[in-house]
Amino acid sequence: MRPYSRGVALIETRSLTKRYPRVTALDAFTVDIEPGIIGLVGANGAGKSTLIKTLLGLSAPTSGSIRVLGLDPARDAEAIRARVGYMPEHDCLPPDMVAAEFVTHMARMSGLPRTAARERASEALRHVGLYEERYRQIGGYSTGMKQRVKLAQALVHDPDLLLLDEPTNGLDPAGRDAMLGLIHRIGSQFGISVMVCSHLLGEVERICDSLVAIDGGKLLRADRMSAMTVQRDVLAIEVDEGTEQLAEGLAAAGLGVSRDGRLLLVPLESDQTYDVIIGTVASLDLPLHRLEQRRHRVSELFSARPDPQEVETRAS
Amino acid sequence: MPADIVPTQPAPADRSGGVIHDIGYQRYSGSRLGRGYASRALYVHSLRTAFGLGRSAKAKIFPWLVVGLVFVVAMVAVAVRAESNQVVLSYLQFTDTIGLPLLLFLAVVAPELVSRDLRSRVLPLYFSRPLRRDDYALAKLAAMTSAFWLLLAAPQLLMLIGGVFSRKDGFGGAMDEVMDFLGGIGYAAIVAIVFSSLGILLASLSGRRAVSAAVVAAVYLVTTPVAAVLQTLGGTVGKIAPVINPIDLVEGLEAWLYHRSTGIDIGNHGYLYLIVAVVLVAVYVTLLLVRYRKVAA
Repeated sequence: MRPYSRGVALIETRSLTKRYPRVTALDAFTVDIEPGIIGLVGANGAGKSTLIKTLLGLSAPTSGSIRVLGLDPARDAEAIRARVGYMPEHDCLPPDMVAAEFVTHMARMSGLPRTAARERASEALRHVGLYEERYRQIGGYSTGMKQRVKLAQALVHDPDLLLLDEPTNGLDPAGRDAMLGLIHRIGSQFGISVMVCSHLLGEVERICDSLVAIDGGKLLRADRMSAMTVQRDVLAIEVDEGTEQLAEGLAAAGLGVSRDGRLLLVPLESDQTYDVIIGTVASLDLPLHRLEQRRHRVSELFSARPDPQEVETRAS
Repeated sequence: MPADIVPTQPAPADRSGGVIHDIGYQRYSGSRLGRGYASRALYVHSLRTAFGLGRSAKAKIFPWLVVGLVFVVAMVAVAVRAESNQVVLSYLQFTDTIGLPLLLFLAVVAPELVSRDLRSRVLPLYFSRPLRRDDYALAKLAAMTSAFWLLLAAPQLLMLIGGVFSRKDGFGGAMDEVMDFLGGIGYAAIVAIVFSSLGILLASLSGRRAVSAAVVAAVYLVTTPVAAVLQTLGGTVGKIAPVINPIDLVEGLEAWLYHRSTGIDIGNHGYLYLIVAVVLVAVYVTLLLVRYRKVAA
């Protein structure tokens, strides 16, 4: 029986605080996280890694409470760690071991009997796309392949929750897309909840169901992706001529119009917004070039400090 | 998505009534064994690693060179005994004789077991699993101790078999031989525990195998002349001084426990050697556990 299928939140924290001698890594962090693919975003040093360590019961909180899969890491760390897969940010693979053997060994460390461990290691490596290369030494792998081995070892014991710390680190654009696709598949088809930590908001927003933004150890915002995007969708309108005229016409029709270069942006309030726009264009007899729904990037939702766009630029 | 990723949608049942084999993700519903199982698995894995089993050919060279060497020593002892009918190398002497190869084995294998994991930063993967930090450290220590003991005990088993066959005094003689053998492997266990606990502790301090190996060897080799110099002072100091060197310490202990002259004059301080040995092992193990509490996950 899956612990969270009893209607328990996947992760629940209440005023979670973690103080180190010189720095407060988590500051009264309260959040409820539902199963699914969760993006945990924040700049480097925002408290993401500390949160992961407290989730795994590797680091005890200074105060506040925490529940993972309905269990308390302070008391049931062993049970939690048996049901969670963790992929660290840094290199963590022995170069002189064969991938299949290494993943098998890690499966046994998670408590799987020998035969099951071997079978699941092969399966995990197949799912991450390393089936053909599984009998090669890890030292000879590319960065992308190593990231896949790291993912395979986190997946091998069939966890209920995967904690992935910066899984696209060091990958080229194609590798990033492949890794994100893989994570999305795990979260949507394997029935495993995934928490993806990243300082790149643009990446996680593509694959996540919900998003938790953290800054300076404090919760900035936590919400479902749909709640963040739908309400802020806009329509982009482009006409070959008479942009000014149209802007005035739309404003007169009661729509909030803003300009973005050759485009006019209108918030999509209801389906009638389309009718109003079409009607206005028709009545002014303007040549309509384009009318499209544009999703506001989630990054625009965090215009408060720090500007994630800036974080993203800085980091890349 | 690259072509090497296999689609995992459940395959539809085919029209002929057969079912296309589903290669999608399968959840695991089998048994999940706990910490004890993981510790044992890590112990066995590490014991194999000590002899290069399950690893590259390069990693096998050194351990098996040492294994070959100790067996050659044992076989020569058996052969000489069979020819001359005289015991040229007793079970206890055997361990003391192969001291240097043993030391090299420790200096190479201990870093192999612990420094390698530090170097490749694989520890977070262990500590994010049911296994605890203490379990990890103790499994590694147990593996080192066992490997060390096997290296000493297996050739003595060969010597036992050779010894029993070369004796002419029947069952009683064979029993004497077995008792001697048990004493020998008992002493081997003492040596294994004292040497391995210090060896693993020293090796766990650095992620660089070469550095760890040098530190392990240095601690043994540097204290040897110091102990030797202090011994020449004679008197009580000269009789107690050998405890600072692990090799002398175990030989002193051997002299006391087995009443064998080992070239170390312990006077009537035998009990002190025992206390020092027990305390040192306890301190080494405690420091090892502290070390692994502190190591970053």
